Parts: sequence; structure tokens; C-alpha cells
Amino acid sequence: MDELIEYGPELFSGFTKNLLLSVLIAFFSLAVGTILAAMRVSPTPVLRAAGTTYVNVLRNTPLTLVLAFCYLGLSDTLGLIFSTEVPLTNSFWLAVLGMSAYTAAFVCEALRAGVNTVPMGQAEAARAIGLTFFQSVRLVIFPQAFRAVIAPLGSVLIAMIKNTTVVAAAGYTVDVAAVMRETFDTTGVSIPIFIGIVLAFLAVVLPIGWYTGWLSRRLAVAR
Amino acid sequence: MTDNGDAAPLVQLEHVNKYFGALHVLKDINLTVSRGEVLVVIGPSGGGKSTLCRTINRLETIDDGAIIFDGEPLPEEGRALARLRSEVGMVFQSFNLFAHKSIRENVTLGPTKVRRKARDAADKRAMELLERVGIAAQADKYPAQLSGGQQQRVAIARALAMDPKMILFDEPTSALDPEMVQEVLDVMIGLARDGMTMMVVTHEMGFARRAANRVVFMADGQVVEENTPDEFFTNAQTDRAKDFLSKILTH
Repeated sequence: MDELIEYGPELFSGFTKNLLLSVLIAFFSLAVGTILAAMRVSPTPVLRAAGTTYVNVLRNTPLTLVLAFCYLGLSDTLGLIFSTEVPLTNSFWLAVLGMSAYTAAFVCEALRAGVNTVPMGQAEAARAIGLTFFQSVRLVIFPQAFRAVIAPLGSVLIAMIKNTTVVAAAGYTVDVAAVMRETFDTTGVSIPIFIGIVLAFLAVVLPIGWYTGWLSRRLAVAR
Repeated sequence: MTDNGDAAPLVQLEHVNKYFGALHVLKDINLTVSRGEVLVVIGPSGGGKSTLCRTINRLETIDDGAIIFDGEPLPEEGRALARLRSEVGMVFQSFNLFAHKSIRENVTLGPTKVRRKARDAADKRAMELLERVGIAAQADKYPAQLSGGQQQRVAIARALAMDPKMILFDEPTSALDPEMVQEVLDVMIGLARDGMTMMVVTHEMGFARRAANRVVFMADGQVVEENTPDEFFTNAQTDRAKDFLSKILTH
């Protein structure tokens, strides 16, 4: 218990980095995932193929590999650098990039499942009043699809939040998991520290599960 | 209503063919709809009536032939097609009201997003139309809270809100409980009286007799017979039509 109290501030500081990462990744992955889903349901074969390829590649690549690629491939080899002065800032944004790209594939698939719950007639009615394809997606299809998959999207976000503990693979070595490993190196393995971190994650993740469950019931589209 | 025979027809179908795989669902259809005309399409199920109706706003594409609307061939895709669809109202068998929007929003969506009409003006017009179809009191409810007959009347108001040049009705009363059929037909008869150009696929022979200028009988993907309602119902020319009528008019 003493270790948890002694290293608590550092661990907490690490945990806030996980939270900051989560918020940014949630924002970017929802945005990109929505665009990908629109591509995958569009009538244009090129867009559909591009969306499908993206999802298949990113969804089936291990996350640590995606992050390592961002770090070693994109940044070191190809020269994508977000900050030349502060290496940690660079790896922070590489982690955001890699994890957003990865999570977007899952958001896309959840949303596409939602699109399948929207009856065909909704899209026909949208087209019949003269909406263009993208208008009908934006105004009629996606609003209904989103409501149908709020709970599964919650699961995607929860998985993403937990995944922020592997961002060390992108060189961002100050998140809570990295701090924990460092602490263990000096103090030896500490069960209280483990439990403390688990509880911190539970405190964030459980409410998200409850809230999305509640929201999905509240916003359900009556048919 | 069809007196102005000199004017070019609003819709012209020329040698239209369509296949669903190996199934030849529309066989060399030639048909015109004049401005202000109420054309009723009847016939046995699977005869191609709905498909025909849906080709006119290109919800179904055609494999061969031409469809001319208001002097122009139907655009194939993109904005031009969206513009055409905004001029052709459609009422579906299953209503297809936007489930996540209120009744009022269902009616204003097209005018505000397609016609770029101001919200106030669109709301005002929506309420007039809902008044006309007798649903104004339900404007803030959602589609699932309304009966089928009410939903279908909203769907008609939604089509009217675009000030369409014609309205397609694809079996508008087939999914309704029997006691709700008349309220929808009454609205449609009102539209017909006001001179709206209408193509109506229906099994409601009473509506055909009362409101139609012309009846088209379709079977097996072909237009088998075309006539005025009086002539068609009392003096059908083809055996196929006589057979069909004998089955539906006896009870």
C-alpha cells in the first residue's frame, strides 16, 4: 500500500495522459470512422473499395504494430514529425494518429452495422424528395444508424481507452502503464499499484458503459 | 382534365424494358401521362406495376428504352437526378416517413434542404399541408405514434411540400387496415380534383372509377389494356383483363 501512496502522484499524472489521449482519439476516430462508413455505403465503387481496404488492413493489424509503424516507419523513416524540440510531444501525436486510425476502422464497422438496421425505404424516401446521396446519408441514414449502435460504439470507445496503455509502442513512455513498469523496476511488483490502476480505469470506463446503455434506450428510434 | 391534348405529355415512356436477372419485368412499355391526368395502374401482383411506377423517378433503372419527363430524358445520376426527383413526389406502400424526425420535420426536410427554403416559410407551408390532410394536431409527434392512415396522409403532405409536377403513388393503401383506407383515398381524390398529375398503382377499384381519367391494366410486364375507367370496368377488351376483373369484382 505504501508504494501506491508514494508513487500515486506520478501514476495519476500518467493516468491523466491516458485520459487526454482517449479524448483526442475518441474525437478523431469518430470523425474518420464516420467518413469511412459513408465511403463503404456509397454508390461509388472506388470509394467503397478504398474504405473496405482501409478497414481490412487497420482492423486486422495488431495495435502495437500500427503504433510501432507510426513511430519507426512514419516518423523515423518517412520524416513525419509533429515536434522537433520535444520528442515526447512528437510521440504523443504519433500515438493519437496511430490509435485514431486503428479505432476508426472499428467505429466504421459498428456504424455500418447500424446502417443495416435502417430500413431500405428510409433511403428511398430520402432520395425521392430530392436529397443527394450525401444529404440522405447525413440527414436520414446516419442519424438513425448512430442511435442504433450507441451501445456498440460505447464498447469500441471502452476498448480504445484501455488500448491507450500500449502507446509506449509509439515512443510515448509517460502514460500510466509506462509509469507503472518504471515503478516496478525500482520497487518490485506491487499488487496495490496494480489494483489502484485497475480501479482508476473502472472509474472511467464503467460510467461510459452505463451512460451509452442509457442513451441508446433513450434515443432509440421507434418504428 | 385531359382536354389540353395539344400540350406535350408530362411523362413519356418509349420502348422501356427492364430485367431483374433473367426475369423480364417490363416488356416494351409505351405510355404517356398528360399534365393534370390521373392514371391508375391496376393488374395482378408481380405484373410490373410497382416497378413501372418506380422507373419514373429512377428508383429503378431501366435497361432499354427512354423515359422523358417534362421534355427532358431522365438524368442518370448526381444532382440532376436529385433535382428531377424533387419535382416528382412519391408515396410508398410502407409510408417510409423518416422515423427519427417529427411529423412537421418530415414535411419540412425537403423544402429546407433541397429547395433551400427559409425555416419559417417551410414550417408555415408544412402546417398548411398538414391541415389539408387533417394531421395538423399531430405535427410534433413522431411517425411511430401515428396510425397507418395518418402516416400515409403525412407522406402525401411531404410529397406536396415539394410542389411536385406529379405524384407517384405506389400501392398507397395496400399496407393499411381496412378502416383507414378511405381517409387516404379521400385525400387522393381531393388532389385529383385539384388537378394534380398522378400515377396511382392500386387495387382500389373504387378509387379508379371515381378519380381516374384513364386505367392501365398491366400483367406479365406488359401494358395489356388502356382505357377510360367506365369502358374498362364495363367492357374490357382482352381476356386477361376480363379474367382479372371477374376475380376481383365478384365480391
